[in-house]
Amino acid sequence: MSPSAGRPRTLFEKVWDQHVVATRGDGTSLLFIDRHFVHEGSHHAFGKLAEKGLAVARPDLTFGVADHYVPTRRREAAIADEGVRSMVEKLSANTRAHGILLFGLDDPRQGIVHVVGPEQGLTLPGLTMVCGDSHTSTHGAFGALAFGIGASEVAHVLATQTLWQKKPKRMRIAFEGELAPGVGAKDMALAWIAKLGADGARGHAIEYAGSAVSALSMEGRLTLCNLSIEGGGRLGMIAPDPMTLSYVRGRPFAPEGALFDRAAEDWLALASDPDAACDREVVIAAGEIAPIVTWGTSPEDAAPITGAAPDPERMADPARAAHAREALRYMGLAPGQKLTDIRVDRVFIGSCTNARIEDLRAAAAVLAGRKAAVPGLVSPGSSLVKRQAEEEGLDRIFVEAGLDWVASGCSMCVGMNGDLVAPGERCASTTNRNFKGRQGPGARTHLMSPAMVAAAAVAGRLADARPLLQGRV
Amino acid sequence: MEPFRRLEGVACPLPLASVDTDQLIPARFMKTPRAEGYGRFLLHDLRFGADGAPTGALALDDPARAGARILVARRNFGAGSSREAAVYALVDAGFRCVIAPSFGDIFAGNAVNNGLLPAIVSEEDAERLLVALDAGLDHLTVDLETQTITEAGEPIPFEIDPVFREKLLNGWDDLDLTLARRDEIAAFAAADLERRPWAAPRLR
Repeated sequence: MSPSAGRPRTLFEKVWDQHVVATRGDGTSLLFIDRHFVHEGSHHAFGKLAEKGLAVARPDLTFGVADHYVPTRRREAAIADEGVRSMVEKLSANTRAHGILLFGLDDPRQGIVHVVGPEQGLTLPGLTMVCGDSHTSTHGAFGALAFGIGASEVAHVLATQTLWQKKPKRMRIAFEGELAPGVGAKDMALAWIAKLGADGARGHAIEYAGSAVSALSMEGRLTLCNLSIEGGGRLGMIAPDPMTLSYVRGRPFAPEGALFDRAAEDWLALASDPDAACDREVVIAAGEIAPIVTWGTSPEDAAPITGAAPDPERMADPARAAHAREALRYMGLAPGQKLTDIRVDRVFIGSCTNARIEDLRAAAAVLAGRKAAVPGLVSPGSSLVKRQAEEEGLDRIFVEAGLDWVASGCSMCVGMNGDLVAPGERCASTTNRNFKGRQGPGARTHLMSPAMVAAAAVAGRLADARPLLQGRV
Repeated sequence: MEPFRRLEGVACPLPLASVDTDQLIPARFMKTPRAEGYGRFLLHDLRFGADGAPTGALALDDPARAGARILVARRNFGAGSSREAAVYALVDAGFRCVIAPSFGDIFAGNAVNNGLLPAIVSEEDAERLLVALDAGLDHLTVDLETQTITEAGEPIPFEIDPVFREKLLNGWDDLDLTLARRDEIAAFAAADLERRPWAAPRLR
């Protein structure tokens, strides 16, 4: 029996308590890990294992996915860049050597790890899940305790299927009320990060709650949890509900039959007890959120599309003013510039934040029958999402608008595969990071939802998607 | 890992907020084997021009800061990607301590696993240190046992997660400690499978 059993507990605590193997005198707990995803970046960790002559403890709970370095064009040909090719090959070799199932380049289920996990039913409520990728928080949408880890920790999980963790504090972010039409999960996430700061949830496990969160689709919940890390949160979670169960049911790796029914009972019981306390509570009025775009180089540098870039001279905090000044310089923007006056050079729709089927449908709703004024890339979150989008005819809408429809991977979100934004170019992007150089050296990134990126593509500048969606959704 | 107790060395100012791990090491350098050293990639795109020569934009390339072991920055240092290569770049460049008002959670954990101390100071103390470094102060002493930073004036207290502190002071490697618990882990896994049979992946 865990020490906290008997008193009211949060969703986070219930899942945490079920996974504690041991607790050390220093207050850290050894957690059993239910799912470990590895991708190309894991080569450092496999190297450490080889150095110590260790085996992978639980290959049956470890899954490989090629996503960060995979090309999005000419997939059948050998990868031209030797460095990139060697990263993809190293993952194949390491997973093969340790008997780990790999969703590799040639697998019809390949895609971005945080899209593939839910799609395959590898992501389930109540699991502990880790990956050497900060956006592992995505899987919390199912009520899993999922977080990103570094290479030393990846090696630790590979060798022991456990991880030492200090219990984070609990934070509840409640979105109460109803979102306005044309406003979605991406706007909710950017809204709370702009309000609390990019380190606003530091040291906390976030539970998203409130009527606007319950009303989100599973895809929207994945987007919201995905961005937890951008506000400094260790992870984000949403309590499993009937919508979660219906998403999971029938997925390839999910339990079935009587086992599913038993699981479902366990999962629904994970919801926070009504009187469970959190260390921090934040309430946001969902109805007041407008479509949001970023103007700077941190996700907290975000504002409603109806607004303007800030004026550092009018900021009270000198350190924040210094950041804003530097961000505006890097982004090539004038203080007080209207956001809808910012011209873009290209657009990108993709990434683990916004490349699921609903995201593509939202972008296509804006683009249908319209032409993009600038070039752009659309990279679906997985090969299965790509197939589904093609069955629905979304690919034709993108191509007829003048955008490139390519294969699945992390692509231009991080540019490791060679899909880059040129120096000085400005990109409207559905991704998660507007950091300096993130999409390529000197690249300027504005984060926004898929519908807003589509609107920017049509207008050739940042634009409000709402008028373009009139009568379409 | 070598224990960390007290560090005296050249300190370098980096008066920027939200220095994320993408800036600490741009993605394109991460294909390099660690054995080749990651120090030359540290803050690459902020430091070097198109010709590969330092632009002088950062104090890091000031000869007076050669051999710096301590970095002082503004809030939200190491935000973003979990890439441990960001820590490799700092460590390989000679740094053993970063002082800032806040750190990305994953970065801080990665730092400790590589013997790099993430020392948290107040915003005011960070600004004070940046001003002093800009005015010519070059050395700092960081004492992990007393959790203080000393320069010419009053000692500045810093915070560190107590678990991180223990790990650094003792030079602990989690992996070696955990491997000694293999039986305990196996027993947990067996009991857990009884409790949550649904948690095992079905299709193999």
